[in-house]
Amino acid sequence: MQTVKMVITGPFSAGKTQFISSVSEIDVVTTERKISSDAERVKEETTVAMDFGRITVDDDLVLYLFGTPGQRRFDFMWEILAEGMLGFVVLIDSVRPETFREAKHILEVFRGYAETPYVVAANKQDLPDAWSPEDLRIALKIDKNIKVLPCVARDKESVKNVLLELLYSILERMQNEEA
Amino acid sequence: MALKGNLRDFNTSQLLNLINLAHKTGKLTIDGHDSQGVVLYFKDGRLIRASQGSDSKKLTDILVQAGKLSPDQAHAVNSRVPSNTDRAIGRYLLEHRLISRDDIIQGVKDYMLNIVYDLFTWKEGNFVFEQDVLPDGDKLVIPLNLDNVILEGSRRIQESEKLYEELPDLGSIALKITDKPLKDVKLTQDDWRVISHIHPRNTVKQIAQNTNMDEFQIRKIVYGMLQAGLVELVRPDGFVDRRQTPAYERRERRGVGQTPAEKRSVVTKLIERIKRI
Repeated sequence: MQTVKMVITGPFSAGKTQFISSVSEIDVVTTERKISSDAERVKEETTVAMDFGRITVDDDLVLYLFGTPGQRRFDFMWEILAEGMLGFVVLIDSVRPETFREAKHILEVFRGYAETPYVVAANKQDLPDAWSPEDLRIALKIDKNIKVLPCVARDKESVKNVLLELLYSILERMQNEEA
Repeated sequence: MALKGNLRDFNTSQLLNLINLAHKTGKLTIDGHDSQGVVLYFKDGRLIRASQGSDSKKLTDILVQAGKLSPDQAHAVNSRVPSNTDRAIGRYLLEHRLISRDDIIQGVKDYMLNIVYDLFTWKEGNFVFEQDVLPDGDKLVIPLNLDNVILEGSRRIQESEKLYEELPDLGSIALKITDKPLKDVKLTQDDWRVISHIHPRNTVKQIAQNTNMDEFQIRKIVYGMLQAGLVELVRPDGFVDRRQTPAYERRERRGVGQTPAEKRSVVTKLIERIKRI
């Protein structure tokens, strides 16, 4: 059986666990712990190792979705998770500009791990104070060739759209490399 | 769509750059810690009005602050122009030859620029951008190109820590000139010296060496040009990222035995499967 992997990354509390939960056919295997740092006490629990979701395509092919840990002290997990990934999604919390710099840093680190295609998902677009994907593209200086997509991680259709757009980018890259 | 935040997380040059590049029209309000907040208005990405403290400052007050009128002259004008609108005051000043049109424009420009340049030194302050809100019709507006404002404002950022944070390793980055036209932008001689050495092979460190600049100087110049969108950071030609090569090779090894058609087939299957979720 062939397995392929996609990584969902982004700053603390961007919605990575929720994103994977929305499309995974199994309950997301998550290792959450009570938050210990006051600065990061935006939510009660955070992912300390990784999230893990699965989508079975057929008897011979399975897609695994890995979510990176939210807190910086678990950075060492990133490269391990990035190994062999087909592509990655950088999830941004569109209502918390204080996390944009961190999002940019994570994006650059993952770009350094592998030259795989990626997309940026502007999560929490259903909230009134959400920055638009167009504004986020400028704020984070994201190249015009990279897709910046609106996203609501709780909405399955929205998450499907992000994953499909990533797969279209991967397919396009393959076709370009062959040409 | 709302545009709210704090300068602590998204600083003045980033904010102005966003407004500039997105050609936004509207009102930007930034709260100051001593309640001397700033209000800026923009039209199609250009700064058209700035005020600090009160948004209802009269043209005479602005010209006094800019050193173009004395307080006595301003007082006299205010008492003789009952409506006190910018338009009426301006007409009175010109008709009585108290000041030239160019001096009025320059005075208002200086006033606006002082406010904006001061903003670059603010470490924090909540901001909100209200789309499509413009100043009252009687207010004098003077459109200013934000490219130059951002360049000059960024030049005034004197904190080396900040510059180090933005551009940590000069030896592993090169510069690429963007598509933005340079002809309308005021560049210093040093800016041009840096631009003349931009090449995919030259790291920023090499540019500094070639132009006899120290790291702080080159950081300041590159930071200013980055914020104004004149250049972007790229990896130098031939640069090998220690982390990238093994990961890439590992990925290639995984693909051994799979033809391009088979790889495409896997992605196509994934697309079909996700569509069915």
